[in-house]
Amino acid sequence: MGLEDQAAVKRVADEHGGGVVVLLGTPDAESTQTLAQTVVAGDPSYAGPLAGVPLGLPVFHVFETEIRNQVPSDVYEAQVALMEMSLDRDAILAGLGEARRAGATT
Amino acid sequence: MDLRGKKVIALGERDGVPGPAVAECASRAGAEVVLTLTACYV
Repeated sequence: MGLEDQAAVKRVADEHGGGVVVLLGTPDAESTQTLAQTVVAGDPSYAGPLAGVPLGLPVFHVFETEIRNQVPSDVYEAQVALMEMSLDRDAILAGLGEARRAGATT
Repeated sequence: MDLRGKKVIALGERDGVPGPAVAECASRAGAEVVLTLTACYV
């Protein structure tokens, strides 16, 4: 995650306390793990504002069934379905699962 | 996890689902989107 993006996430998390949830739209397992780790345990590259800052935010992916089921089907079809068909959903969710186990979150 | 009433950071990615699309899903599920970002890795 870019340094400016990390700063924005940190600011918003600080403003709103622990009630913030992160929803990802990442395209592969690696980016999913990296972003999830960044907002849970801190910047893994130790370069940005979230280095050493374990926000511990709950992380979800928009492809997860429990998220999809809450989105009106016409909205999901228009915004997400095409990408879901073209990407490796199982690998993405496996990456998220690994990040959750590593961070012991949600 | 019920999104209704939650504050959501929408972290999209250019090669995946863009931030605004993630945010639209969250808001239509009843969440309050407090930040929308679209990462770009080249």
